[in-house]
Formats: sequence, structure tokens, C-alpha cells
Amino acid sequence: MAEELKLFRTWSSPFALRVIHALKIKGLEYENIFEDLSSKSASLLQYNPVNKKVPVLVHNGKPICESLVILEYIDETWKQCPLLPRDPYEKAEARFWAKFGDEKLLSLIWNVLITQGKQLEEATAEAVQNLKLIEEQLKDKKFFGGETIGYLDIAFGWTVNLISILEEIIDQKLVDEEKLPLLSAWMQNFSDDPVIKDCWPPRDKMITKYQAMREPYLKKVVSQ
Amino acid sequence: MASCVQLLGASPSPYVNRVQMALKLKSIEYELIEENPHIKSERLLKANPVLKKIPVLIHDGEPICESLLIVQYIDDAWNNGPSLLPSDAQDAYLARFWALYIDDKNVDFQWYPLYKELREAPTEEARKEVLDKIFEGLVLLEKAFLKCSKGKQFFGGDNIGYLDIALGCYMGWLKVIEEMTSIKFLDRSKTPGLAEWAEKFCSHDTFKEVVPETQKLVEIFKMVQGRGKPASG
Repeated sequence: MAEELKLFRTWSSPFALRVIHALKIKGLEYENIFEDLSSKSASLLQYNPVNKKVPVLVHNGKPICESLVILEYIDETWKQCPLLPRDPYEKAEARFWAKFGDEKLLSLIWNVLITQGKQLEEATAEAVQNLKLIEEQLKDKKFFGGETIGYLDIAFGWTVNLISILEEIIDQKLVDEEKLPLLSAWMQNFSDDPVIKDCWPPRDKMITKYQAMREPYLKKVVSQ
Repeated sequence: MASCVQLLGASPSPYVNRVQMALKLKSIEYELIEENPHIKSERLLKANPVLKKIPVLIHDGEPICESLLIVQYIDDAWNNGPSLLPSDAQDAYLARFWALYIDDKNVDFQWYPLYKELREAPTEEARKEVLDKIFEGLVLLEKAFLKCSKGKQFFGGDNIGYLDIALGCYMGWLKVIEEMTSIKFLDRSKTPGLAEWAEKFCSHDTFKEVVPETQKLVEIFKMVQGRGKPASG
């Protein structure tokens, strides 16, 4: 039976990017189903009744939800280009840092987006501190996965694009080549990868979107 | 070659219990090093510098953190005994997804943390709202049980598996909460599958020899409440 893969996503969903990167690395064909989160389709609600979110990967009619869990599923189902390390300890480490990233990175990035002045300085410092911990996991490798992109690269990958968009909006470097040299190099290597580089959502649309998210917070400060 | 396995933890912690259950199922000998979860020892800070929490499994000197990641690690690193995660990718997905639903901080539909909300509910109305969510969650877990167990006695089928451990670790504390609130959460009339599962799980050695008895947990709970600190977990 031919494999049928559908990906429920939005045009900008950062976590859907994880699934896209994994599918592309594995060389898998899939159909994009774009959702409007303000008016969710009956299909999405049927496939993900528990938290009604994207991304959802539907494989031969069976839904798989939660992006990191989707990555594990993809890796277990399609054996080419393995994403997770083989060694149990390295696997546990990869899963730990992916989880850490999820716990910390979203809120850190958000804090950078919505602040300015002294608060932005503090938000940036905190972000850099945590990014340093993540950078340490690179050790002397090109990718977290070694010579090729793996699970942890994909787990962090969505930040690569978003960070560069943020840097343009706030007109300030977040991942400084001096402070975070290895991470900086990793971001470039990841972005330049032939499989990855065509997957990013349209940059101008992203800038408009995140600028609009930042505006109300800037206005709030001014009006105080 | 015998490997050296140590577990930094505290026996009333359901997260530590998860690891103990997995080690027991795989017949792995280990040394439990009791840590006081409220006073972080040097040893703990060295083993888990990022999150500074128990449990930490130390296998031949290498630390592994986060209870469910440790359970997966145990499954990956040792071949003895049946696998804790199902071999079929779709079944493994269900086990992972529902384990996230139970208490993972990164998702916003966690079930077990609702009990903390219940304890802290300021009004009767707020309390009722949380109770409704808890029972809604139990109905979902019942459906998950029916799907995962496929008619067998555990989420893992014939044998206790990853999801049994993820949920089962809470059964000791759940009995404490039932005693304190006089509410039966695992009710045969509402969620018969889960109620039956809980009974089977709690009579299994994996549970009985790992989780402290209910009365002991009640004592700990009262002592901790008296001190004004949150209960273990």
C-alpha cells in the first residue's frame, strides 16, 4: 500500500518545521494541510481532540501529535537516515536537551521579542546564558547529530530562522559570533543544508507577523 | 561485566518510583541513594547541574535525568525482560503521547498536576471546575487504556510497560488524595477499565515493593503540610 502522509500545520508554525525537516531528511513525500487556528477544521479537531493543536502528522489515516513524539515516530517507522543516536546514553542526552529546549527556549525568545531597553538587555542575557548550555552539547561537532543533521538539530532547528528574524526586528544580535561561536556556526551550517534551506516560511511574512506581535508590548511601555 | 547502577532519589517520590519500577522489571540491581528533595546535596548538583532534581540514574558513572527519559534509557540499555515500550511504532507513539498527557510540563493539557490545583482551589466553584477537568481527563485515560491494552490487563498488554509506569507511579499518592478528599477517582461505574487496571497494577510486586504504603504517604503528607512545603513529587 502506498504511504499516505498529511501534515496539518500553519504557514509559520515553528514546531511543524520540525516535522517538515524530518520528513525531508528521510526523503518522504507528504501533503501540507494549512490550518487557520482561529477557525480550526473538523479534520484537525477529529485528529487531535486532546489539545487541538498543530502540527499533526497523519500516516495512512492515523494521527500522530506532539512534535518531538512525531520525530520519534518518524525515526522508528522509516529506518533510512537515522535521526536519534544509536547509543542509549547519547539518545537519552539528545532527548534531555530537546526537552530542555522546549522548556526554556520559547519563553526566552518571547521575552526578547516583547521587551526593549533595560528589560531587553536582561532578556537577552538570560537567553544567551541558556543558549550557552545548549552550545556546550555541540562539543566539536558540526551538528548535534555529528557529521549529519539528527534529532537534536531538528529539535532546535526552528529557532535558527526565528532568531534571525528576531535579530532583524530588534536590530540586535542575539547569537553573537563572539559569545556563541559554535552555536553561530551551527546555525549557519543548519541553514545552508540543501534539505533545510528551502523549508523556511516566507521571511517578509514572518517579519510582519512578529513585528505585529511585538507592537502592543512596546505601546504598553510608552503609555505608562 | 557487572555494571554499577545508582539511583539518586527519595522513596516517596512518584518520579523516583517510576525508575525503580523500570529497574525492577528489568531485574537490574542498583543502589538507592536517598536524597532530601528539599536540600540539594553536592552529589545531586554534580549529577544534575542543569535541573538539580531527583531522580538521577547513574550508570557506570554517567548520569541520566528526568524520570521518563530514564525509563526509556533503561529500556534501551538493557535487554533483560520484556521491552517497556511497544515495538510497533504506532503503539509506541500512543504510549509516549499519553505519558505526556499525564504530566509533561511542556504540554498544556497535563492531568496529574490538576490535583495540585485542586488542593489550592480558593473557592468551592473553582474546586468544582478542577474536579470536572480531572474527571474529563480520567475519561480520556480510560479511552487510552482501552486502545493501548487491546483487551489485556495493562496498558502494555500482558506485561507492565512504559505507560503503566508513567501513570501507575501516582497510584500511591492518588489513594492519599482519595482519603483526604473522600472522593473516589477511579470509579468502576465511570471508568471501569482504569479501575480494574489500577487494582491489578497495585497488587503487582512492581508497585507493592516500590511505592510506600498509603498510611506512610499520608503521614509524610501531613508532616510536609505542617512544614508548609509542597508534598513530594
